[in-house]
Amino acid sequence: MTALRDGALLELRGLKTWFPIRAGVLQRITGHVKAVDGVDLAIYPGETLALVGESGCGKTTVGRTILRLVEATGGSVLYDGVDIAALPAAQFHPYRRRVQIVMQDPGSALDPRATVRDSIAEGMDAFAIGASQEERTERVATLMRQVSLDPETMWRYPHEFSGGQRQRICIARALAVEPSLLICDEATSALDVSIQAQILNLLADLQEKRKLTYLFITHDLGVVRYFATRVAVMYLGRIVELGPAERIFAEPRHPYTKALLASVPSLDPAQRGIKPAALGDVPSPANPPPGCHYHPRCGVRLPDCSRIDPPVVTFADGMCRCVLAEGQSSAIQQPQ
Amino acid sequence: MSAPLLEIERLAISFPAEHGRVAVVDRVAFTVAPGETVALVGESGCGKSITALAVMRLVPKPGRIEPGSVIRFDGRDILPLPVTDMRNLRGGKIGMIFQEPMTSLNPVTTVGSQVEEAILLHARLPAREARKRVVEMFARVGIPDPEQRFDAYPHQLSGGLKQRVMIAMAMAMRPRLLICDEPTTALDATIRAQILDLIRDLAATTGTAVLIITHDFGVVNAVADRVCVMYAGQIVETGTREELLGRPRHPYTQGLLRSIPRPEARGGRLEEIPGAVPRPGQWPSGCRFHPRCPVAFARCPVEVPGETRVSPTQSAWCHLVEEARP
Repeated sequence: MTALRDGALLELRGLKTWFPIRAGVLQRITGHVKAVDGVDLAIYPGETLALVGESGCGKTTVGRTILRLVEATGGSVLYDGVDIAALPAAQFHPYRRRVQIVMQDPGSALDPRATVRDSIAEGMDAFAIGASQEERTERVATLMRQVSLDPETMWRYPHEFSGGQRQRICIARALAVEPSLLICDEATSALDVSIQAQILNLLADLQEKRKLTYLFITHDLGVVRYFATRVAVMYLGRIVELGPAERIFAEPRHPYTKALLASVPSLDPAQRGIKPAALGDVPSPANPPPGCHYHPRCGVRLPDCSRIDPPVVTFADGMCRCVLAEGQSSAIQQPQ
Repeated sequence: MSAPLLEIERLAISFPAEHGRVAVVDRVAFTVAPGETVALVGESGCGKSITALAVMRLVPKPGRIEPGSVIRFDGRDILPLPVTDMRNLRGGKIGMIFQEPMTSLNPVTTVGSQVEEAILLHARLPAREARKRVVEMFARVGIPDPEQRFDAYPHQLSGGLKQRVMIAMAMAMRPRLLICDEPTTALDATIRAQILDLIRDLAATTGTAVLIITHDFGVVNAVADRVCVMYAGQIVETGTREELLGRPRHPYTQGLLRSIPRPEARGGRLEEIPGAVPRPGQWPSGCRFHPRCPVAFARCPVEVPGETRVSPTQSAWCHLVEEARP
């Protein structure tokens, strides 16, 4: 057993998930895509932690590694003080119930040949929740009511529902096993704006009623700003900034966070501002730039940024991985 | 304002269904002037993309543009044009870019030769000149090392660069109208800002008219001069960017804008539009928005609303707006 950082529900320590790159007839490993490369992150009960970043930054892989849909290459995932990334499958099973996921595309996340009742009850079957099938059906009806679906429709198939309703089914299915942590991986990204608002309101209600903790993985900063308690910004496998949502949006410290925020188009007709703030493209995670991964796109880089790994600068309210953050407070530096 | 380059009147598009044909778009009318950027906004299934395809006469079969529809380009109705004339217009005077740059490019040919092919199809140019034009266009749309990138295959380029190639291809013939269907939806935030900036810059410097299809009001605010909001196959409100984002009058436009998560709304509830977008063939009677409308009244389910002008540039199709008028 390892003690968790002051009351954290889940803690990632030095988490690494690397995917091998194979080449040639012998399929030798010639390199690695370091999708997640040394992530430290604590998630506290009842909070909504947003993990944001652009495609390829590793945010989805973090979620999948926590669920062990992919195996970690190094580091640990601590839940209740137990490193669940290292457990044998049989011992991991009970933890799988504690963490559930809602994915982006509710169309492909549901078995088209299973009724809604069977999809929602599947997890109860796996964890032997409910004494009989009748009891499980009763619970499915309750869950459907909680996500504002008509329980009368439980014998229908996914194609008979709209995108928003299908996402409600996925949420009900995740909640069926009574998880503590719900990972929402771009859960509202495929939905129309008016439907997205319905689902965000539903998630807020459920969080309050069931004391849920959310890891909200998204690229949509509008949703993050509205919804998140804390924000972790990821770039090429690493977290570059972490802090309370209000502070991140008001006073971002990392140049990449600043660029991300500047690229959100305003809705205020008086300000037309979109200012492209990051230069060029996101590099491939298979071959990240040396030193600070962000330096080729950074507008304020120093000569050393291309050589030296940026320090992790710790602040009272979070961290920032940038050499320029060092002077910003009486910060404590962590050794690399 | 100069005479419109594109004029659409009474556009209706239908698809066959179990019982007869079902209209997916009807009563659509708008114009785009040279140098102007007009946005068609709406949620999925509202008919915005099929409207853009109709302008290129690319409505997929068995869909068809209904008789009585008018699409005038540069003063000439293009709907009766022979296929060969239409082909010259497409890719020549009218350029188009799509949402998915990945699926729009041929994976087994270099990107440079694909753009070159498009140029050679429309202009009599020696091959060397065409190549030069491609490299110029690549540089113009901000592709680094344009000479080297000519010989790159699509898979060697990032999503942002592929979209720049698509824009270069669309702009290579110096079109007078550029149609962009969700040009930045598949792109990351920092890249989206770069591409929107590029589209706005191209429109401003070349005087190209732009018709942009999007579901994102942030994109509208960034590039549009005028906006048409579509719902269930019809335009329900039109106006300038300032009018629609600042003083929307149709309950649907108002609801859409209020349902976008904004920082001011933090901690509170988002305004929802109840229910779901109706499917073609299941359009509600009267005003098609009435089952989801928070302010619907007796007239709404029984009477189709007409156009109410609320300013010289803003109109809404709504009974409430009509009755509120002095």
